Amino acid sequence: MKKRSIVPYGPQHPVLPEPIHLDLVIEDEKIVEAIPSIGFIHRGLESLTQKRDFNQMVYVAERVCGICSFGHGFGYCEAVEDIMDVEVPDRAKYLRTIWFELSRMHSHFLWLGLLADGFGFENLFYQCWRIREKILDVLELTTGGRVIFSVNKIGGVMKDITPEMAGAVLDMIHSVKKELDRIVPTFMEDYSVVSRLKGVGVLTKQQAHDLGCAGPFARASGIKTDMRKLGYAAYGDLDFDIITSDDGDSYARCYVRINEIYQSINIIRQAVEKLPEGELAAAVKGNPKGESFVRIEQPRGEAIYYVSGNGSPHLDRMRVRTPTFANLAGLCETLKGADYADVGLLILTIDPCISCTER
Amino acid sequence: MAVMKFIPEALKNLFKPPVTTSYPFEPAEYPERSRGHIGIDIDDCIGCGMCVRACPLGALKVDKNAGTWEIDRFDCVVCGYCAEKCPKKCLHVIPGYQTPEGEKASALYKKSEEALRLEAEKKAEAARKAAEAKAAMEAKKKAEEAAKTEA
Repeated sequence: MKKRSIVPYGPQHPVLPEPIHLDLVIEDEKIVEAIPSIGFIHRGLESLTQKRDFNQMVYVAERVCGICSFGHGFGYCEAVEDIMDVEVPDRAKYLRTIWFELSRMHSHFLWLGLLADGFGFENLFYQCWRIREKILDVLELTTGGRVIFSVNKIGGVMKDITPEMAGAVLDMIHSVKKELDRIVPTFMEDYSVVSRLKGVGVLTKQQAHDLGCAGPFARASGIKTDMRKLGYAAYGDLDFDIITSDDGDSYARCYVRINEIYQSINIIRQAVEKLPEGELAAAVKGNPKGESFVRIEQPRGEAIYYVSGNGSPHLDRMRVRTPTFANLAGLCETLKGADYADVGLLILTIDPCISCTER
Repeated sequence: MAVMKFIPEALKNLFKPPVTTSYPFEPAEYPERSRGHIGIDIDDCIGCGMCVRACPLGALKVDKNAGTWEIDRFDCVVCGYCAEKCPKKCLHVIPGYQTPEGEKASALYKKSEEALRLEAEKKAEAARKAAEAKAAMEAKKKAEEAAKTEA
């Protein structure tokens, strides 16, 4: 048997955007096993339900994580609305869809930038984040916040998108699409980029299924899963396909996410065109009593929100199952047999969001 | 397989102006809805305390008698829930982030003398009216009782 050693990786590491620790068991340069440990940024947000009422919890839920912020607020609102039988107005549903897709776009651009940084392509990294800035500007214009929007409330949304703002959104997605077209060939065709991605960290369809992977990570392994197809918010009225790839390697994950940006652009365009007139929020009376279980598609995959109320302003329980938690098992599988030099890149390919995972 | 695919894009950047503004030498522009900080029209405030109960952070304090409204800007995350809950709509979310401070202290807003005087006058007026009404009621009661005893 060859000599084995254990290399601690993280929680502070240049390639990691957030703290996660891995104990890497290596033989020469090859990873034999990866043992993850999390818990560096646990803040106990779920237990705040005892101290904050269910309306204030919208703002707490939003702050579970910066990048998936809109999705958390949205998922929590959906769950409480489900308990209280509130019918959200159509316009609010469409507005939520538009903001959700905008946040998916900026999340994927962030990821593309981090990936470029992960394989040492600084210039490409800055280009991705430069394009992302345009999306953030439009988000600030329409909601008032760049990453934390605070537009959701139980029963609907608080702010409207005026026709001028809708025009700004359409202009922005038009220019973002043009700029994306220019950088996509670098990700998909450039020799040095492709040599870092192709065949690295392969996860087969069966493995991804067995380990319960979610989101783009699972779709890159050929699993057709997308919670948006459940038709929550306005997704039921909009036309889009699930993007998958059969390769299951890092290249496939990059391919899936790039195409999801195009898909989001398409969805936003449809939603803005179909944006119905009407109220922004339905009136909500009383306190939630009962329980609800909601599944939504975050930029990183399927997230689950469980809310249980007892008829008082304070909820019994709020629970979030985040996509990164589901993908950690898949990550450890992909790391087996990988080169030590690819570890940073492979951790990035699941698009880890540790803040969400630990809450 | 293309090699050096990004070179043309990278070269183009040499001839483009920077995309970032050189703040603080250029002023930062915020959109109208930008959630910078919470402002108050203190003279319109009735001191009801709805904002204090709404604030998820517990960053607000209100003293109705002294006519003061206090915000700990280091605790405030500018979610805007207080502004939404304010019955007089005297709280606003306004663009422009707070400047950094050396000491952690909360900002205190006090009603102007004029507003306090008006409020005191209103209070006195209300108290006088209430006293009048009470006296009238008592007089009526007495008259009724007198009528009863006569009968």
